[in-house]
Amino acid sequence: MIREVAIVGVGWSPFRSITPDLSYKEIMYEAAVRAYEDAGIDPRRDVDSFVTVAEDFNEGTSIFDEYVPDQLGALHRPVQTITGDGIHGIAAAVMQILTGQFDVVVVEAHSKASNILTLPYILAYAMDPVFNRPLGAHPYFIAGMEMRRYLAETGTPLEACAQVVVKNRANGLLNPLAGYGADLTIDDVLASEPIAEPLTRLACADHADGAVVMVLASGETARALTDKPIWVRGIGWANDTFWLESRPWGQARYAYLAGQMAYRTAGIKSPRTEIDFAEIDDTFAYKELQHLEALGLCKPGEAGLWTLEGGTELEGEFPVNPSGGALGEGHLLDCTGLARVLEVVLQLRGEAGERQLEGVETGLAFAWRGVPTTSGAAVILSN
Amino acid sequence: MGRNRVAIVGAGMTKFVRRAQETAKELAWEAASKALESCELTLDDIDAVVVDTAPEAFDGVHMNSEYLSDGAGGWGKPVIRGYVGGGTGVFAAIQGWYHVASGLFDTVLVVCEEKMSSCQPHPQGAFLTIFDHTTERPLKPNLLWIFALEMNAYMSRYGLSKKDIALVAVKNKRNAADHPAALLGDPNITVEDILNTEVLAWPVQRGDVSPISDGAVALVMCAEHVARRVTDKPVWVEGVGWSLDTAYWTNRDLSYPVYVEEAARMAYKMAGITEPRKQIHIAEPYDPFDYKELHHLEGLLLFDKGKAPEATALGITQRDGDLPVCPSGGLLGVGNPIAAAGLMKVAEIFWQLRGEAGARQVPGQPKRGVAQAWGDLMQVGTVIVLGI
Amino acid sequence: MKEHVYETVYLREKDFQEGRVLFETWVPNARYAWDAGVAIGRFLQELKAGRLVGTRCANCGRVMVPPRMFCEHCFAPIDEFVPLEDTGTVITFSLCYVTWDMVRIEEPQIPAVIGIDGASPGMGIMHLLGEVDPKAVKIGMRVAAVWKPPEERTGAITDILYFKPLE
Repeated sequence: MIREVAIVGVGWSPFRSITPDLSYKEIMYEAAVRAYEDAGIDPRRDVDSFVTVAEDFNEGTSIFDEYVPDQLGALHRPVQTITGDGIHGIAAAVMQILTGQFDVVVVEAHSKASNILTLPYILAYAMDPVFNRPLGAHPYFIAGMEMRRYLAETGTPLEACAQVVVKNRANGLLNPLAGYGADLTIDDVLASEPIAEPLTRLACADHADGAVVMVLASGETARALTDKPIWVRGIGWANDTFWLESRPWGQARYAYLAGQMAYRTAGIKSPRTEIDFAEIDDTFAYKELQHLEALGLCKPGEAGLWTLEGGTELEGEFPVNPSGGALGEGHLLDCTGLARVLEVVLQLRGEAGERQLEGVETGLAFAWRGVPTTSGAAVILSN
Repeated sequence: MGRNRVAIVGAGMTKFVRRAQETAKELAWEAASKALESCELTLDDIDAVVVDTAPEAFDGVHMNSEYLSDGAGGWGKPVIRGYVGGGTGVFAAIQGWYHVASGLFDTVLVVCEEKMSSCQPHPQGAFLTIFDHTTERPLKPNLLWIFALEMNAYMSRYGLSKKDIALVAVKNKRNAADHPAALLGDPNITVEDILNTEVLAWPVQRGDVSPISDGAVALVMCAEHVARRVTDKPVWVEGVGWSLDTAYWTNRDLSYPVYVEEAARMAYKMAGITEPRKQIHIAEPYDPFDYKELHHLEGLLLFDKGKAPEATALGITQRDGDLPVCPSGGLLGVGNPIAAAGLMKVAEIFWQLRGEAGARQVPGQPKRGVAQAWGDLMQVGTVIVLGI
Repeated sequence: MKEHVYETVYLREKDFQEGRVLFETWVPNARYAWDAGVAIGRFLQELKAGRLVGTRCANCGRVMVPPRMFCEHCFAPIDEFVPLEDTGTVITFSLCYVTWDMVRIEEPQIPAVIGIDGASPGMGIMHLLGEVDPKAVKIGMRVAAVWKPPEERTGAITDILYFKPLE
């Protein structure tokens, strides 16, 4: 898959806890205009296919696909909605370009989480209606149970999870896109109210509104459009079982499988040495650690200590979530993974401002679809 | 066309029923296992899964594809769901195509499922939420409104009568009598039967509408080297196309589905079809309401604008006619579990081209067929051209 | 292909009434407060004042309703709001004898797409017709908005009660 598909343009509407002045159409339009400007294309003429990422119940509208084309310049064009994370949208775009039938494909995702008044109930609505929903528990109980199992299996100290929050929210302070930059200590995190023990409030990412649009192009077209194409080296996605009753609670097997496919398609044998940094789902702080291990970026059980030692800081040997992740930027529902990809692109282009990492060539972005799913997607990019 | 030639090598489905005992997951499993059985493959042979389903509001589960993924064979595999309203059924096959044509996967399982009966007291109510939340929903619109508004626009433009349109319902419900999965097949139904049904939203009568149903359909799609091993009758994907019109449907001319034409042109171009009426031998356009078949036949460029009713009256679209249309019995006859219904049409073309459609088999050994689905707010056209 | 069809179990109303089927119920608690944004925010404000407003694309010249901040044809930003009339022409209509949740009604609701005067041709909005004999409704009929009294308006599409035939 080398040199065949590249990201040639990115645009966004900044991530904030509320966006009362703009409708979802208007934030999508803003992100799209920026992305097309960045790529130097006219969507009415130059784009062969559009992929949007959305879930009906996150929008409050059934068949949300209806409401996407106009603000993306996709009127009378092939448009599809993928219900997944933004990285699943990237996967769909990559596959279309690889068929040889599509040269330029646009991917969009957004969040208007602030407009959802009953978000925990919506999450509960994703649970099995016969076996799990009747328990009437806040869906975060699933994350709490998983965290407890993960900590037990790996011996990871609670402080390590807290350090993830400290690191990511501090990174967020350096990121103009981030909605939740803050200067916290490990004690702040551990002392915050318990949500679903051992999860505390500060260890759960808050939600934010925002939108991200990306333009992908096939090799030749990419080279013609920009001198900074960011190549998609590898891509992978996978589901584990949906059943709560039979999932491997301590390990993120979906992340392992998605990572394996991404490394295979990228021809990467040793991820830790061949990849320079990563943007990894941290919807809950422990997830960053669990995902790091599942993706083979460190040995099982070592992510916690590595984090406490500073290995994943901006100045560390393997920076993780230089953007601030979901903890620092805000959780953007289906757009969260695309925000991870956005940071990888900006870093690889040298456009990451104060948080710029030196000399990076290859980055990994990994998304998880959140509770109660076991669905993840990974993409590896190079400059 | 595409890096890899892609074929459909197996298909399976559930019965389409008013209310199934099976859960949505179980329906997905029933169709998926039948599809695998039909080509003697197992889940180990499957590299990726496409599991499509239309509005969550019916099945009653948010992020429905996650819930369904186990039933659709997605455990430990790459799973993706596409969702383009009613166009989803045919779009699922298009997704299966690009999974394989990209070169990333050799064999893909495509599953479409819908369990509309979960929505109580009546699934129709869930359609309230497809309308714009600020400019339309406060008026408490009914799904029937937009069909009636479109049907009225189409009938007025060409001076059609209810009888012209009811002929489609009669044809399809009679065709469906030969479909083993059909809900509303009736070999004896007449135009009078349709015209005597209650008026729901004039000009729409109950007989014009396909029934809400539960059901699932699955296909196995694979690259050429796998297809040759698995079957001696692979059905090739020759062209795919899809197009979405503006969300501002009240700004549009509803008498012609221009987005279906665009999708069809894209698919025909890929398939090298320059004279669709001659080069397509069999068609399965989306028929949730009887007038839609006519509307779509014109959008598919198989008949001139306003001329599809005439062709129907002349018998051209009967199974033994010059261009059989909806030999399966369509949504009107077999049932309308949204995403599954569209994929049922693709499966029908698959079985017809292989000569395996049993009592529904159209004569003359058709070599090329088109399946089309439609949805959103009278907005999306999804088209696939298959050939043997 | 009968062998490729699974024998799905068909439930009947009796199965439920006679207690032969077990089931689980759930009432979704899905509530939203959608940000109206710039274009629709203004639309709602104008509705409260008893007026309809559209937007004009400087590029193609179309005057659009409902208003939007971008022209979907030109993909260009729009910043010009245009006052519209509250009269229009019926583009298409229906006589509906069932409510949104399938309850039968005697007097039909009359939904219509109404092309608004002042907007470009074919620019319609969806609304209801009232004070009209269902049998008399025709495509092309001229209609005018009937507004709620000012103190009852809230800034919603329902500030217009319905459209009635223009005398």
